[in-house]
Amino acid sequence: MTTAAAPLTAAEKAHSRGPRQNVMSRAAAMLVMGVFTLYFLTPIWWLLVTSTKTGSEITGTAPLWFTPNSISTFFTNLTGLFQYQDGLFVKWLVNSALYAGAGALLGTIIAAMCGYALAKYEFKGREAIFNVVLSGVLVPATALALPLFLIFSEVNLTNTYWAVFLPSLVSPFGVYLARIYAAASVPGELLEAARLDGSGEVRTFFTVSTRLMAPALVTIFLFQFVAIWNNFFLPLIMLRDQALFPVTLGLYAWNSQISQIPELRTYVIIGALVSIVPLIIAFLGLQRFWSSGLGAGSVK
Amino acid sequence: MATVDQAQTPPRAAEKSPRTPHTGRSTRRAVTVFVAPFAVLFLLFYAAPIIYAMIQSLLMVERQGTFGAPQQVFGGFTQYALVFQDEAFWASVGRVLLFGVVQVPVMLGMALLFALLLDSPLLKGKRFFRLAFFAPYAVPGVIAAIMWGFLYSPSLSPFGAVTSEINFLDGSLVLWAIANIVTWVYVGYNMLIIYASLLAIPTEIYEAARLDGASNTQIAWRIKIPLVTPAIILTAVFSIIGTLQLLAEPQTLRSFSSAISSTYTPNLAVYTTASIPNYNLAAAFSVVLALATFILSFVFLKATQRKVSQ
Repeated sequence: MTTAAAPLTAAEKAHSRGPRQNVMSRAAAMLVMGVFTLYFLTPIWWLLVTSTKTGSEITGTAPLWFTPNSISTFFTNLTGLFQYQDGLFVKWLVNSALYAGAGALLGTIIAAMCGYALAKYEFKGREAIFNVVLSGVLVPATALALPLFLIFSEVNLTNTYWAVFLPSLVSPFGVYLARIYAAASVPGELLEAARLDGSGEVRTFFTVSTRLMAPALVTIFLFQFVAIWNNFFLPLIMLRDQALFPVTLGLYAWNSQISQIPELRTYVIIGALVSIVPLIIAFLGLQRFWSSGLGAGSVK
Repeated sequence: MATVDQAQTPPRAAEKSPRTPHTGRSTRRAVTVFVAPFAVLFLLFYAAPIIYAMIQSLLMVERQGTFGAPQQVFGGFTQYALVFQDEAFWASVGRVLLFGVVQVPVMLGMALLFALLLDSPLLKGKRFFRLAFFAPYAVPGVIAAIMWGFLYSPSLSPFGAVTSEINFLDGSLVLWAIANIVTWVYVGYNMLIIYASLLAIPTEIYEAARLDGASNTQIAWRIKIPLVTPAIILTAVFSIIGTLQLLAEPQTLRSFSSAISSTYTPNLAVYTTASIPNYNLAAAFSVVLALATFILSFVFLKATQRKVSQ
C-alpha cells in the first residue's frame, strides 16, 4: 500500500463505521456516477474504436464497436500516420516531448528554488516578490502570447524552438505551490542541522530539501507539463514551420485541411489517440505523487 | 508562515564550524542563486511583454500620402478608442461572460457533487471513478474539440439519431457545445482538487457530528462544504481565467461549424487582428483582456475571502 493511498482507506473505514446507509441512496449514488462514467469515457472509447477503422468504415459500421479486421486496420493506420509526409507526426511528438518534458523539468527546478527561498529565508523584497508572483498567477499566459510574439520578432526569434520553449519555463503558480510546500514540509531545524554540518545553502537545497519536497515537485512538474503540452495560442502565433509544431498544433492544422484532403481524417483520429497516450501514462504512473499533492494549493 | 531567519543563527554554530561563517552574505548569495533564474525569466517573458504590449498599444501606423511608407507614430489612446468602438470585440467579451456565468457554476457544481460522493460511504469502486472522471484532463483542448467536433457532426456522429435532429454546431447552440467540451475536460480535475481537500478534513469531526445525530446530508452541507470552500474558490478563479482566455476549442471547432466567427472570443479577436496584421490594435486588445482578467479574478478572490473570513 502506498503512503498516499493510506489516508484514503483510513477515511473509508471511518465512514463505514457510521450508521447503516439507505439502500436507495446507495443505488442513486452509483447510478449518478455510472451515468457520468459513460459521459466521460464514451468519447475516448469512440476515439479508440474509430482509430481501428478505414476512412469508409467510419460512417458505414457500428460507431462504438470494432470491425472484424480492426487490429490489422489499426496497425495500417498507425504506420500510415507515422509515414505520412516523411514522418511529420513523429517529429511533432518529439517536439511536444521536448517543449513539455524539458520545459516542465527546468521550469519545476526554477520555480522550486524561488518558492523555497520565499518560504525559508527572510530577505529584503521577499513580500514584494511574492506579490508579483501572485499577480502573475492571475495574468493568464494566453494574454501574453501576442506581446511575446512582438518581442520575439524584434530579435528575429519567432518561428524557432526558443520562441515556444523559453516562455514556457515561467510558472508563477509553480512558485506559489513550491512556497506552500516548502513551508510545510522542510523543517527549519533540519536546515540548521545541515548548516552545523557545514553544508552550503544551495547544496542543502539540492540534497536534502528537494527530497522532502518530492511529491510537491512531481505535482508542479505534471501540471506544468500538461500546461505546455496543451498550450495552443503561443505555438499558433509563433510558428510557421510545420517541422517545429507541437503535436496539438499539427493535428489542428491537419484537421482544418480535412475538407480538401479527406484521407487526413483517419490520421487526425489515430493521431489524436496517440497524442493523449503519453499524458495518460504520465498521470497513471505518477498518481501516488500528485494525488497527495493536489490539495495543498488551496491550503492558504 | 514558518520562516527561518538565517541572521538569527546562534553564535555557537559559527564557533563549531569556523570554515563556514554564517554571515548575512552567504545567505544573501544563496537567496540570489535561488531567486535569480525565476526573476530573470519572469522579467523577460512576463513583465517585458506586458510593458511592450502597452507601448505598442499607444502607437499607430501613419502613411505619408496614399503610397508613402507606413511609419509608427505615437497615437495616444487612439487604439483604445478603437477597442471601445469595436462591436465585434465587445460581443465576444459578452459571449465569454455569458459562457462563464453558466458553465463555471455548472462545472464546479458537478465537481463538488462528485467529490462529495467520492468522499461519502455510499460508493464502491472509488478508485475507478476517480480515474475515469479525471481521464479527460489528459486530453488537450484541441484534441477534445476535434473529438467532440466529430461526435457533434450530423454525418459522422455515432449518435446520428440525435445529431441529425439537433444541430449542436449551429449559431444558437454552438456556444453550449463548446461549454460541454470545456466541462468534459475540466470537471474531473476540479473534482480532484476539491476531493483532496475533503480528504484533509480530520475524520474525528464527522464522528463527533454523528454522535450529535447529524445525517450524511447534514454533514455534507454543514461541515464538508464550508471546510472545502477555499478549494472551491481556487478552482473558480482558475475557471474564470480560463473562460476569458477561450481559444483552442472554438478555433478548432471552426472547421466543423461555420457559426464560429473569426472574432468569436476575445482571444480569437486578438489572433485575427494580429494576422491582418494590425499589431497595435491587437496589442490594445491584449492589454484590455489581461487587465480585465486580472481585475475580475482579483475582485472575485477579495470578495470571497472577505465572506469566508467573516
